[in-house]
Amino acid sequence: MKEKNSVGIVKSKNFICKNPLKLDSGVLLNEFELTYETYGKLNAKHDNAVLVCHALSGNHHLAGRYSSSDKYPGWWDSLIGPNKPLDTNKFFVIGVNNLGGSHGSTGPKSINPKTKKPWGSTFPIITIQDWINSQNELINHLGISKLSGVLGGSLGGMQAVQWSIQYPEKVKNAIVIAAAPNLTAQNIAFNEVARQAIVTDTSFNKGDYYKLGVTPKMGLRIARMLGHITYLSDDVMGQKFGRKIKNTEYQYNLDTEFEIESYLNYQGDKFANEFDANTYIRMTKALDYFDPTNGNKRKLSSVFKEIQSEFLIISFTSDWRFSPKRSKEIVKALLDNNIKVSYAEITATSGHDAFLMSDDRYHNILRSYFKRMLGVK
Amino acid sequence: MSITKKSSRYDFSIIANWVPSDSKVLDLGCGDGELLNYLKAKKNVTGFGVEKDELNWLDALKNNIDVIQLDIESGLSEFETNSFDVVILSKTIQSMQNTEIVIKEMLRIGKHVIVTFPNFGYWKNRLQILSGKMPTSDELPYAWFDTPNIHLCTIEDFDNFCQKYRFKITDRKILTDKKSVEILPNIFGALALYKLVSK
Repeated sequence: MKEKNSVGIVKSKNFICKNPLKLDSGVLLNEFELTYETYGKLNAKHDNAVLVCHALSGNHHLAGRYSSSDKYPGWWDSLIGPNKPLDTNKFFVIGVNNLGGSHGSTGPKSINPKTKKPWGSTFPIITIQDWINSQNELINHLGISKLSGVLGGSLGGMQAVQWSIQYPEKVKNAIVIAAAPNLTAQNIAFNEVARQAIVTDTSFNKGDYYKLGVTPKMGLRIARMLGHITYLSDDVMGQKFGRKIKNTEYQYNLDTEFEIESYLNYQGDKFANEFDANTYIRMTKALDYFDPTNGNKRKLSSVFKEIQSEFLIISFTSDWRFSPKRSKEIVKALLDNNIKVSYAEITATSGHDAFLMSDDRYHNILRSYFKRMLGVK
Repeated sequence: MSITKKSSRYDFSIIANWVPSDSKVLDLGCGDGELLNYLKAKKNVTGFGVEKDELNWLDALKNNIDVIQLDIESGLSEFETNSFDVVILSKTIQSMQNTEIVIKEMLRIGKHVIVTFPNFGYWKNRLQILSGKMPTSDELPYAWFDTPNIHLCTIEDFDNFCQKYRFKITDRKILTDKKSVEILPNIFGALALYKLVSK
């Protein structure tokens, strides 16, 4: 079976970095491993690389399938492939599982070389700045001195912003989708509820659950259910589920009655089976801590002073988690510094999750911008 | 948001004469970015476009314009005071709800402001009204029922408007068929170009 415009069967790779990494928390990681995938070919000038940063529950598997019997392709397969908006005939696309992740990169469930046991509760808090430093090691390893683009949605978009702040000379274009310059109190509040669901699960054992052969699935599934509610808009939930019930009439018992309930339960279960709770907690922490203004000690525009990248910023009208208003804060700070930026606000009903959809206008914008990066009309 | 037909480019050359070389330009309602690219080529300007319409926005992006999708009338707070040399509103003013506020905002953002609009007092328009019809022309291509032009004005109206709100006019040029109009401009002029300055 040959899929149209697919990158086809892919294989992930591992990069072991022996350079010590000093984390924001003060902890020194003597070495670490990153799991990544690449699609397309790095050209002779090594100037066609696009790094795609993942969001909260994402990973390095962006496109293609691991085998022909794989049920689902990578999470951004709609965007990435030959002749797709991010065209792998032209670009060398890199997906990386972030440090602290649960899909192969060094994380809480990895073995700590010192103790020969899983890190568990002792795994340090990783910040977005730490991620960028670790991704930079991978980029160096791949022989890339300047990325043609860094692209991401949500938490991935924040990484694209941070890349351009942290390594201004290394990012030609930053494509920032459905992101924000930092989290609001409401955002942090949602994250804390998610974390509390996990840490109060009796199987959590302060994060050292691997040795007990249990996982805090109950907590993780609740965290994911909560997340799902915030990624969708009221409207789209209404359209999709409304007040539809599973049976023909009310059952008057405690079982799931409405379709939205079974949807959330299904999503929660699925996620809890494949994602590591310690990673989830740390990803939400990384989100909370992200704040280039350092608690308003500096204005965002002054933080952006050294930026050399050009920007494409995209927001979605129904996204209430990272609303257009937050994207415009980034746009304003870029304009203040006379940095080249284009901004699009896409009318979409699906909320924060819209950045994963293949809406025509959305994909046309990305396709056109990527073409512009290549210098073709 | 190109409200009238594509430019003859003659008005572009007048705008280019008013725009200093190497200056920073903001084009409000930039359409597909034709004017900005013209100014980039002729006067080596840098700058941004603002465009509300999604199709125009995409064309502008494709034409290498750095384009911000905003509704001019819901505010231009993204742009700092005095952050541009020139702010342009080309053939768009007649579709604005709050004309005065938009011009004030332009004068806040830019040192110079250029406004162009189709002169409703042009004799061909007057003639059509006399004959009992709402005018349509190259500059006003819409029928009365589908026009976005809600605030059409004559040259005299605009002069009075500037006087009322103390907008300082530093230059004015009236055009018909690519030619400059000197005599009775409010009758013989099809397109008006104004340069205003922030005091």
